[in-house]
Amino acid sequence: MEMKMTMPKLGESVTEGTLIRWLVKPGDRVKKYEAICEITTDKVNAEVPSTYDGKVKELVVQEGETVAVGELICYLETMEATEQPQKKRYSPAVLQLAAEHGLDLDEIPGTGMDGRITRKDVLSFLQERDEKQRQEPMPSHLPIAPVQEEPQHDFNFEMGIPVDPIRHLIAERTLKSKTEIPHAWTMVEVDMTGLFRLREKLKKEFHKKEGFSLTFLPFYLKAVVESIKKYPLINSVWEGDRIVIHKGIHISVAMATDEALYVPVLKDADQKSIFGLAKELNVLKEKTIHKKFQPGDMSGGTITINNTGSFGSILSMPIINQHQSVNLTLEAIVKRPVVINDMIAIRHMANLCLSLDHRVLDGKICGLFLQHLKMTLENFNEETTIY
Amino acid sequence: MAVINYIDAITMALREEMEKDSRVFILGEDVGVRGGVFRATVGLYDQFGEARVLDTPLTESGLVGVAIGAAAYGLRPVAEIQFADFIMPAINQIVSEAAKFRYRSNNNWSCPMVIRAPYGGGVHGALYHSQSIEAMFNSTPGLKIVAPSTPYDAKGLLKAAIRDEDPVLFLEHKKCYRLIKGEVPDSDYIVPIGQGEIKREGTDITVIAHGMMLHNVLEAAEKLQDEGISAHVLDLRTLYPLDKKSIVDAAVKTGKVLIVHEDNKEGGIGGEVAAIIGEECLFDLDAPIRRLAAPDVPLMPFSPSLEKYCLVNTEQIQSAMRELALF
Repeated sequence: MEMKMTMPKLGESVTEGTLIRWLVKPGDRVKKYEAICEITTDKVNAEVPSTYDGKVKELVVQEGETVAVGELICYLETMEATEQPQKKRYSPAVLQLAAEHGLDLDEIPGTGMDGRITRKDVLSFLQERDEKQRQEPMPSHLPIAPVQEEPQHDFNFEMGIPVDPIRHLIAERTLKSKTEIPHAWTMVEVDMTGLFRLREKLKKEFHKKEGFSLTFLPFYLKAVVESIKKYPLINSVWEGDRIVIHKGIHISVAMATDEALYVPVLKDADQKSIFGLAKELNVLKEKTIHKKFQPGDMSGGTITINNTGSFGSILSMPIINQHQSVNLTLEAIVKRPVVINDMIAIRHMANLCLSLDHRVLDGKICGLFLQHLKMTLENFNEETTIY
Repeated sequence: MAVINYIDAITMALREEMEKDSRVFILGEDVGVRGGVFRATVGLYDQFGEARVLDTPLTESGLVGVAIGAAAYGLRPVAEIQFADFIMPAINQIVSEAAKFRYRSNNNWSCPMVIRAPYGGGVHGALYHSQSIEAMFNSTPGLKIVAPSTPYDAKGLLKAAIRDEDPVLFLEHKKCYRLIKGEVPDSDYIVPIGQGEIKREGTDITVIAHGMMLHNVLEAAEKLQDEGISAHVLDLRTLYPLDKKSIVDAAVKTGKVLIVHEDNKEGGIGGEVAAIIGEECLFDLDAPIRRLAAPDVPLMPFSPSLEKYCLVNTEQIQSAMRELALF
């Protein structure tokens, strides 16, 4: 702020003074009471002290000039920003709350000392705001949701496929499963050489006799059933406040057609021989191909098995079906060099992948289950009977 | 449940522990035939005999030293210092021996003993019978300091102290002895060492205190309720090590904290409590942490008017609380 320095009155009868010498020049900083110039009057020689802290702005009176008492001699610029409002100070708690809720503190009335905004002021401001919002829902003539712009499609580069009811259902169920069930995943590697040889030995004769092909799947189902019998918790479902273990083993078997994936259920798998399982699988396969399902064919499964290996997949992470706790896959059986007794051998190897509901199952029980499954599969050999 | 005095709760705890555990014994000046100058051990000499309630010479370093030896031998001594002010000759035994027993012996030995000491002013006891001594001991790892404010806590904490495997300095506010009454179950219970307790729930300001001051704070809080000021009151109960979680939780509750203690302000327990709050929850604070404590002069003056001046009273607490609430 610009302040005026004037010629001081240095005695009762003194009316004017002569400025002998400036002790400062424009731009100099001066402290209050610091001498800025020397003056002389009839009676006395004296130094004139600054009345402010500040900076010399302009010297008005020249050295040697005589001016009347009270007349302007120079301008000072003071540092104090006296006109500015006092800076508001906030407590850490208030600043924290304001930042958290994106509040403009100028809008909040302060009830603390000297109008300070207290933590309570902020909290009650927030509470009032929330109550207001609750009491006054959006006026009904305004659209509730902001109008969303239709996404622009350029059909030169994209092709729209209408979503049919089955796709819809698949989308809905997989989304529900994947979001509701905490999936965990694990995999084991199995030597299928014994089983491979067994099937090679049986398949021609089997086809001739039964009229359909003998695949690996019924063996796999058998091994799964035997392992579930050992670890029944695998065959269960999470029901919020309890875990329900199913008595029967009904296997949902994923079967794909060109259009969609179907998961018919092989009922009472625990009561069937390998042959029985093969026969039942063949029935379900026929039904899937011809889409001739009967009511109940698709429901009641307690565990899902997925023969992903039929496409050559060697690793998959299946989504668990609703009302079940695991989804098992059988990956492609491929010849691989493996080490047996410190020698390299060519074996038929396959991966088994397991997705599990971690609310029901833990790594330990699944590990034991897979260990048993692996052992059962590896124990199949040319002596195994299927009937 | 019976309503009994603070001092009777202490006697009850001593009797129960002595009945329960034959290793527990008492030693101190005038604790036997006389039953203690405050009568805390009254009846115990008759019940348990001179072998378990020992009158010692007037030598605090000696009686604490004997207790340390007995503790090392496998007994559970409860040493009484007649007035906390007299504990000074025993500081070497307490700080350099008892507190460091476990550490120095590489955890091979421990020192399960209790030192009971009546402290605090307001009883016209002048310099030798009024001091608060916690600040002299509360940076001594290995030594626990307990200072209950209610009869219930006194019994529960004393039993916990006697059963503790390490030395516990058990501070009893002598003004509480016959002034503070409360319900005390005659059942066997303990109050765990190291836990503060909310003695009053509130929303505007948090006040942290212990001992006799807690009662002044509660009285002030009651009066301020009529002015619409709601105080949240934490009783520290254990002074070393401090219950940091309870302190921080209580501070966060209102963001405005007043710490009250009877001892001198500078170097007192309040500074430590304030530091914990400053370190742990600065961004929840809505006001500077305040301390209300005795002036930094020798406590307590003999002159009644000066003694009154040195003791933080309910009115002072009330106005400090009001000021903080209005801040």
